[in-house]
Amino acid sequence: MELQAVLMAAGGGSRMMDLTYNTPKPLLPVGNKPLIWYPLNLLERVGFEEVIVITTKEVQKMISTDPKVKLDVKMKLDLVCIQEDADMGTADALRHIQQKVKTDVLVVSCDLITDAALHEVVDLFRAHNATLSMLMSKAHEFTETVPGQKGKKKTGEQRDFVGVDDTGKRLLFMANEADLDEGVVIRKSIMRKHPRMHIKTGLVDAHLYCLKKSVVDFLADNKSISSIRGELVPYLVRKQFSKSTNSPKVIDETHQNLKKNDSNVNLEIQISSRDEELLHLTQERSCWNDHRGDMSDAYHGGRLRCYVHIMDEGICYRVNTLAAYIEANRLAPKLFDEPAVHPSAVVSERCLIGADSIIGASCQISDKTSIKRSTIGVSTTVREKVKVTNSIIMHGVTIEEGCNIQGSVICSNAVIGRGADIKYCLVGSAQRIEPDAESTNEVIVGTDQLMEI
Amino acid sequence: MKRESIVPAACAAVTYTVLCHPHHHTVFIVLTDGPGNKDDITRSKNEGKELSKEEKQRLRKQKKQQKKQKERKNEKSETEKEKTPVSLLPPPRPVATQKAPSALPAPASAPIPVPASAPFHSSPAPSPADKPAKSKAELKAERRARQETDRAAKQPGSSSSGIKTKVPLSELNPVVKRLPEHVQVDDPAVVKRLAKKLERQQIPLRSDYGYKVSLFSHLHQYSRKAPLTQQLSIPSTVIHPSIVRLGLQYSQGIVAGSNARSVALLHAFKQVIRDYTTPPNEELSRDLVNKLKPYISFLNQCRPLSASMGNAIKYIKKEISNIPSQCKEEEAKTKLLTCIDRYIEEKIVLAAKAISKYAIEKISDGDVILVYGCSSLVNNILCEAFEKSRKFRVIVVDSRPRLEGREALRRLVQRGISCTYVLISALSYILPEVSKVFLGAHALLANGYVMSRVGTSQIALVARTFNVPVLVCCETYKFCEKVQTDSFVSNELDDPDDLMVTRKGKTQLENWQDVSSLGLLNLVYDVTPPDFVDLVITDLGMIPCTSVPVVLRVKNLDQ
Repeated sequence: MELQAVLMAAGGGSRMMDLTYNTPKPLLPVGNKPLIWYPLNLLERVGFEEVIVITTKEVQKMISTDPKVKLDVKMKLDLVCIQEDADMGTADALRHIQQKVKTDVLVVSCDLITDAALHEVVDLFRAHNATLSMLMSKAHEFTETVPGQKGKKKTGEQRDFVGVDDTGKRLLFMANEADLDEGVVIRKSIMRKHPRMHIKTGLVDAHLYCLKKSVVDFLADNKSISSIRGELVPYLVRKQFSKSTNSPKVIDETHQNLKKNDSNVNLEIQISSRDEELLHLTQERSCWNDHRGDMSDAYHGGRLRCYVHIMDEGICYRVNTLAAYIEANRLAPKLFDEPAVHPSAVVSERCLIGADSIIGASCQISDKTSIKRSTIGVSTTVREKVKVTNSIIMHGVTIEEGCNIQGSVICSNAVIGRGADIKYCLVGSAQRIEPDAESTNEVIVGTDQLMEI
Repeated sequence: MKRESIVPAACAAVTYTVLCHPHHHTVFIVLTDGPGNKDDITRSKNEGKELSKEEKQRLRKQKKQQKKQKERKNEKSETEKEKTPVSLLPPPRPVATQKAPSALPAPASAPIPVPASAPFHSSPAPSPADKPAKSKAELKAERRARQETDRAAKQPGSSSSGIKTKVPLSELNPVVKRLPEHVQVDDPAVVKRLAKKLERQQIPLRSDYGYKVSLFSHLHQYSRKAPLTQQLSIPSTVIHPSIVRLGLQYSQGIVAGSNARSVALLHAFKQVIRDYTTPPNEELSRDLVNKLKPYISFLNQCRPLSASMGNAIKYIKKEISNIPSQCKEEEAKTKLLTCIDRYIEEKIVLAAKAISKYAIEKISDGDVILVYGCSSLVNNILCEAFEKSRKFRVIVVDSRPRLEGREALRRLVQRGISCTYVLISALSYILPEVSKVFLGAHALLANGYVMSRVGTSQIALVARTFNVPVLVCCETYKFCEKVQTDSFVSNELDDPDDLMVTRKGKTQLENWQDVSSLGLLNLVYDVTPPDFVDLVITDLGMIPCTSVPVVLRVKNLDQ
C-alpha cells in the first residue's frame, strides 16, 4: 500500500465559536452538506478506499447517523475517538494512531474545501523521495460582508512567511510571524545552496500533508511536538539544511542503532542498506541535478527534502473563520453538480429562486418568496412574502411571513419571527427572533454562550 | 545450437546457399537459423522464446508441407510459368524496413514465391550499393531452388527429403515478424490494439501531445506536464508504488542515462519481488512474470524503454521462469534478489571497472580528450585515469535542450580535471586541438551502428574528417539485436516544450501550437555508422565496431 489517508476532524473551530457552539465543526453545513463531506469526497475521487478519521465521540455519533455521509461516501471510515478535553494537537493525534500507520500518510484537515489536483502534491512526494509534501494556495480576498464584524477587517492576522526555491517546488523556509522576534532570519547555509529564494506571504496553507512513515515514528519518540502545522512542518523544513542530517557519519551510526530513542535525528533509517547502495548508484549514474552553478550533487547531498505545491487557480478554502465559511457556501454549488433545488423540497410556483441558490431536502418554500444567492438548509420552512438574499439558512429553521433576511447566517433550528428585518447578522442555534425585530450587524446568540470566550 | 559464423554487411546470400544445400544436418541449422536470420534483418522482440516457438512452428510447417505436397503435384505445370515473372520482383526492393509487404505475397501461394521470397529477405539487409550484384545472385539462387523443388517433386521415393528441403524454404515466410508497435503510432489499428492491451492491464493510456513533424509522426510524443499519474488513483493499487515512483522519475528526467535507468529498474523490481506473495493455485515462476508485464507497460508509457532496460528485463524474466516449481517462495525470492544484485554487480559495476582499465591504456599523457554530453561510463573512465595520474585535459561538448554537458563538466571539475566547455556549434573550431574522442553509447546495434544521444553522429563525422580517433565505450549488456541504419525508424521524441527558452522575460515560442506550419522536434537519439567509429571498448576487450554481432552470438551461446 502506498499511502494511508488520515482525516483530522477533532478540531473545535475556535475561530468561529458562534457557529460551532452547538454544531461541531466537522458537521457544519456548507452547501447543505456537512463540512467533513468535502475532504472525504476529495479523497474518494482521487481513489482512496479507506480513511482513518480522528474525531471526538460526539462527532462520531453524529457522523454514523448523518445520511449524507452514509450514502455518498463509499470508502471505509475508520473512526478513532479522542477525548475532547485532552486538548490534543494534530501531531498528538498522529502519535495516538501510530500503531495503525503502516505506510506513508496523507494528512487532511476536515475543513478543507478544494478542487486541487492531488496528484501534483503526491507526485512531488514520490518523484523526489521527499519527507514532506504539502499543498498551498494563493489566498483570495473575501468579498462578502461578514456579519457581526464591527469596523474594518483586522489585518493583524498572523502572516506566514514561506520561502521556496527558483522552481517554486522546494520548500526552503517556513515561519509564522508570531515566532519571529524582529525580522525574518535566514541562515547563510541556505542562501549558499539556494541563492534565489522567493518569499511569499499571501499563501493559504491547505493543511494537506504527505508525510513519510519515519516522520510518524519520529513523532512517537518526540512527544514535545504537538501541532503539525505549527511545529512539525517548520522543524522539518529547518532540518533539511541542518549539518547533522547530512553528514555520512551520523547515517552510519543510525544504521547501527536502529531503535535507540536518544537521538532525535534518525529520520531516514528504515531502508535496508543494500537498497540504499542501489539508490546511491542510480543517483551517481544519472545525469540529472536539481540545481546548477555549484559543485554539489543533486539535492546538495541532503537526505531530507520538503516540497510544496502552490496552486495558482482553483478553489482552496480552509473553513475555520466565519468569513471563510460564508465564502465557502457561496462557492460550494460549483464543486458538485447536484440540482440546486432538492427534489423533495416543496417549492410553490410563485416564488423566485435565483440560479445560484441551493434549497435543501424537505424544505417548504411558500408563495411570493424571493431567494437569491442563498443556501436554505434541510427541513426549513419559509413562509410567504419572505426575501432572503445572500444568506445562509441552516437546517430546521422557520422563517415566518414577511421577513427580510440579508447577508446573514441563521443557524439551525432558529425561528425568525414575522416581519423581522435581519441584515448582516449571525443568529445562533435555536434562537428566536422577535417579530418585527430589526437587527443590523449583530451576533445574536444564547446567553449561555456569552460565557464562553 | 550450432551456427555458421555470420559475417554482417557481406552477402547474406551466404546464409541462403547454406539453406538450399540438401544436407540433412543443415536442415536443422536452417530451422534454427531461420528465425535467427530474421532477427538480424527484422526486429524480433521474442529472442527469449525462440526455442519453443520454433518447435511449434516446425510442427505447423510440417503439417503445411504435407498439404502443399499434394497441391504442388497438381500445380507443377503452372509453377514453371509463374516463376519467371516472380523472379523479377526482388530487384526493385523498397526500404529495408518494409517487412510487412514481403510477408503478404509469401503466404499467398506457398510453394511458388517461397524460393523467391527467400532472396526477398536476404536482399534488403546489405547496403544499397550491393543491390545490382545481389539481384544476379538472387536469380541464380532462385533458379537453383526451383531445380531442387522440381527434382524433389519428380522423385516419389524421396518425398521425405523433398519435405525437408521444402520446410526450410517455407519456414521463412510465416516467421517474418511485424513491425514493433511503438514505431507505428500513426496507424490507428495499432493504436487501438495498444489501447485495448492497456485497458486489459488497467493502465491508463498516455495521449500524444502537440503537432508532430511528419517524418516522425510514427513515434509517440508526450508532454511532461501531463504525467501518467494524473489518471491513476493516488494510493496506487494496480501498480506497485515503487514502479509508479520509477515511472515518474523517468518521465521527469530525474533518472536519466542508460545505466542509471537500468539500475533504478532493477532496484524497483527488487521491491516488487520483496512485496510479492504467490496467490493460491499459482506458480511463482509464471505468476510473477505475468505480474511484471503491466508494470513494464506502465514504464513504457512513462518513457520508452531503453535497450539496456530491455536486456535487464529479459534476464529477469528468464531467471524467474527458471525457478523450479518445488522451490519454496522465500527461497525463490532470495534467489531472485541475489540474481539481480549479481547482474548489477557484474554487468554494470565490474564492467565499468574493466572498461576503465582498457580505456586507460588508450589515454596517454598530454592528451586532449573530447567528450559529448554526460555519459556515466566516460566520466568514470576519465576520473579513474586522472587518479592514475595521467595528464590530460578534457573538452566537454554540450547541446540544447538537455544541456547534459553541464553535469559532466561539474563532475569532472569536481575531481580536479581541467576542462573546456563548448556547445556543439563550435565543434569544428575546437577539433583541431583534440587528440581523441570518447563517446558513450545508449545501445550498440547488431549491424555495428552506435545508438547514442542525438549529436553523437555529428561529432563522430566531424572527428573522422579531422582524422581524430573516435572511441566508443559501451558495456556488453547494452548490445541489442536490433538493426538500424538511420535515425528515423526507431527513435524517441521528447517533450517539444523543452525547446522553448525564456530570455529577458520573453518566450518567443510560447504559442508555437497556434502556428500551423511550425513543428518542434526534440529528438533524443541518433545512430552513428560503424565507419566513423574506430574502436569500441567493452568489458570483453577492445573490438572493432563490426564485431558486435560476434559478441551477440557469443552472448547467446552462453545463455
